[in-house]
Amino acid sequence: MTTTPILQVKNLQKSFGAVIAAKDICIDVSAGEVIGIIGANGAGKTTFVNMVTGYLKPSSGTIEFEGRDITGKPPRLVTQAGISRSFQVSQVFTTMTVYDNLLTALAIADSAGLNALLPIKRPELQQRCEETLARYHISEHRDSEASTLSQGVRKLLDIAMAMVSKPRILLLDEPTSGVSAEEKFDIMDIIMDALKADKVTVLFIEHDMEIIERYVSRVIAFYQGEVICDEPPEQALVDPKVREFVIGTEHHRETQGA
Amino acid sequence: MRDRTVIGLTLGLGICAIGGYFVPDWFMNQMMFGFARALAIIGLLVLWRTGLVSFGHALYFGLGAYTVALMDINLGVTDAFVRLAGAMLVTGIIGVLLGYILRNYRDIFFAMLSLAFSMVLYGILVKTEALGSTDGFPVSAPTFMGAAPEGKYYLFVLICVVGWVSAVLVHSYLQSTLGRLTTAVRDNEIRVEYLGYSVARAIHIKYVISAVLTGAAGALTAMALGQVDPDSMVNWTASGELVFVTILSGPGSVAAPFIGSLIFELLRTYASEWAPHAWQMIVGGTLLAVIFFLPGGLWSIAARALRGRK
Repeated sequence: MTTTPILQVKNLQKSFGAVIAAKDICIDVSAGEVIGIIGANGAGKTTFVNMVTGYLKPSSGTIEFEGRDITGKPPRLVTQAGISRSFQVSQVFTTMTVYDNLLTALAIADSAGLNALLPIKRPELQQRCEETLARYHISEHRDSEASTLSQGVRKLLDIAMAMVSKPRILLLDEPTSGVSAEEKFDIMDIIMDALKADKVTVLFIEHDMEIIERYVSRVIAFYQGEVICDEPPEQALVDPKVREFVIGTEHHRETQGA
Repeated sequence: MRDRTVIGLTLGLGICAIGGYFVPDWFMNQMMFGFARALAIIGLLVLWRTGLVSFGHALYFGLGAYTVALMDINLGVTDAFVRLAGAMLVTGIIGVLLGYILRNYRDIFFAMLSLAFSMVLYGILVKTEALGSTDGFPVSAPTFMGAAPEGKYYLFVLICVVGWVSAVLVHSYLQSTLGRLTTAVRDNEIRVEYLGYSVARAIHIKYVISAVLTGAAGALTAMALGQVDPDSMVNWTASGELVFVTILSGPGSVAAPFIGSLIFELLRTYASEWAPHAWQMIVGGTLLAVIFFLPGGLWSIAARALRGRK
């Protein structure tokens, strides 16, 4: 049985002057998939995520989401269409508390029409805020200012905020970067449990192969702007090209202390 | 109504409005000019909370004032309410139009572009005889729905009422999602866009709010003064004065501009009486002291006192 892909990326290309950052990328994503995007630094992973989420306009090619063309649409329209994202550096409101960050995010996501003029502190939003804090295990930090949070908690808050618009696809740019080795699986468990409960399709960029092996159902590997492998993890991680151009580089990164 | 800001505004402005009848004229005048300017400061406060400082809001102050003068001279409009509505409409339209340009700029570029627009108006006014040139225009005393009372007490009450309504509306606005976007945009524009809201639109709305409030301030000042002129109302020094009073007041509350603006009015009067040739130095020294010792403005003293009573 074949299902219609929720996201179809066709012949996507991005050049910065003479540098081709993404070359002829074709990817179909089905609802419910959890996809790991791997590749060395500069391989085109973030460029791909940036193009899908409207942060960068592709030079050519198309992006269709649920049958609608969203190519080159600005971030807010992509978000309104149902695609959300997190960044490698968490994007939170630094001078607000964790609670106010989430409440503001919930209120903005619910600001269509005259709702934007309603008081932000209204019971239904406050209740959703409490539920979200609990779901992402950050209730104990509710009164801490976002700028004082540890990387792990900041990542959780960032992803919780990205999820308030109830997206069907979530793209995460290195959800465990900056998180300690001891914390990374705890953080990923919390994220994946929450996302599974919301039945959201997930694509995430990751350098850590242990995380890729443990959490994803499909691996897309990038090298010099091109997709060099698109397979389930058990095949992708033994693929000669992936071993040479991705895992080899990761191993090099680790031994260099990167 | 249990909101402390609303209760404070109601009591404060209510007492001033009634008290204005009993206090000497010179003090009522100080309050009148101070509270009229406070409207503009509330507008600048909305922008400041968004992380934007305009060095050109005398554009709207002047537009509001000149709208009143031109309505008076050309159309014979004397009614204070019609004059005020006209000024707010004109500044609203110009605010919407310029907002399309200014919403794309931040930081020093926003500040300087605002200044440039205000200097364009200043240039037009001083060079155009039909607009009063450097002398400006006299403005006839306002009427109030047909009544033409002696003195300025009615106008002062109108300023208190308009001040109260504007402050309460802006206070409610700041408690809403749109209002919360002020801090959100200042903190992280990327996150706001990725929550599905247009940062440009959020800034545009705030810019128009500040334009209309500053226009109202200009209109009420023109009626209180009985005169409009480009140097004291549109020149860059007038914009600087608005920013000065905004810093003096502090961004903490919509009540702060009334206190800050009145204190500025008193400070300027007494400083120029006491030291006619060095009053700017006293005013400048005060600003330095506020920046060094009260970065939250004069309101931080009030806020500390209120917290202490809790």
